[in-house]
Amino acid sequence: MSGTRPSLLSEGVRRLGSTTLFLAGLIIQCVPALARPRLVINQIYNAGARSLVIIMLSGLFVGMVLGLQGYDLLRRFGSEEALGTAAALGLLRELAPVITALLFAGRAGTALTSEIGLMRATDQLTAMEIMAVDPVRYVAAPRFLGGLIAMPLLAAIFSVIGLFGAQMIGVQLMGVDKGVFWSQTQSSVGLHDVSEGLIKSVVFGIACSLIAVHEGYNATPTAEGVGLATTRTVVASSVVTLLLDYVMTAEFL
Amino acid sequence: MRANRSLEIGTGLFVLLGFAALLFLTTQLPASGVKLGGAKTGYHVSAEFDNVGDLKVGSPVSMSGVTMGEVTSIRFDSTTYKAVVSMRIDKQYNQIPEDSYAAIQTQGLLGGKYIGLSPGGSDTYLKQGSRIDQTQSAIVLESLINKFFANYTSKSAGDSQSAGSASAGKGADTQGKAESKK
Repeated sequence: MSGTRPSLLSEGVRRLGSTTLFLAGLIIQCVPALARPRLVINQIYNAGARSLVIIMLSGLFVGMVLGLQGYDLLRRFGSEEALGTAAALGLLRELAPVITALLFAGRAGTALTSEIGLMRATDQLTAMEIMAVDPVRYVAAPRFLGGLIAMPLLAAIFSVIGLFGAQMIGVQLMGVDKGVFWSQTQSSVGLHDVSEGLIKSVVFGIACSLIAVHEGYNATPTAEGVGLATTRTVVASSVVTLLLDYVMTAEFL
Repeated sequence: MRANRSLEIGTGLFVLLGFAALLFLTTQLPASGVKLGGAKTGYHVSAEFDNVGDLKVGSPVSMSGVTMGEVTSIRFDSTTYKAVVSMRIDKQYNQIPEDSYAAIQTQGLLGGKYIGLSPGGSDTYLKQGSRIDQTQSAIVLESLINKFFANYTSKSAGDSQSAGSASAGKGADTQGKAESKK
């Protein structure tokens, strides 16, 4: 290491390894962290409740765009009735988990990273260690759990709002029959579609929270280091989300 | 303490909203999911069809394009070899003639199936447990195409001797196979 810059590959492998080890440490600390539910509740509020507005607004507009695009596309095949199905399946299985994860990385992930990174930079984490308080248990694990719990709920809210956005455009604006819209949706959406989206969003929740907490925890303790760590959180979370999405979609189909 | 309280309320609202959304997705969206809101009121009638196509539980039952109810169950009768479809009709539509005609129709070109009722002329009305006797099965696109081709080939058989003999040969061939299987 001395003097020579580590190659991109070995640096990537090192980062992957340190993240995995960090995950193992986090999982071990999750149970004792749950013994202090207040810390976790605080983080659910930070990661979930405060992301609600951006999630709902995005969900509404994504749903409305789906309504417009789906209607235009389906009309060419004379099957506008399938609009509800197209919107519901698109939202449940793909758009809601992925867009929620991307927004989460931008909205909550960055906040987590810069918060923990600043704790590192101002030696708060070191102070905790000196006081024999495990910072992974009291700082990292509650934030990880908060993100993990918030993500599926946010994705579900996104789906529902998106569906109503699509219904608003399709039924009110484009004149698809409301009963047909919902009956078609109900007849073609199965419980497995809902659970597919749910599993995806749980996995994205684990990945995004883990990356955010890990980057903050291991940030270089300088102003620049915290900034870099925050940037890395967004980039890594987005790429990992899309990559995992491909893998899981291939697995489920 | 005050800040704590608003935080708790915010978190509570968020979790509540999240679970409400999940509940909606799991119970209301899929037809196979558990339906909330209890049993809807109305009366049940049944009808036998030769072929229900891809009619599903939850498919609408309509007359003149107005949805009046939904399909509640589809089962197979092993004595008549027909599909028995039960449907629930909203109680506000209680004046449907007993000799009405039920047909399985398609929404749009690729849409799902639904049951279309056409009114009959009887003075007695459908009630709980009634059976609709006159039914028309779902039109299966494949069988329609088969019928069309059967017509087409039998017509063209006369035109060209070779084509006719070829198809006749094929027919004999398959017949021979069928017999050899026996």
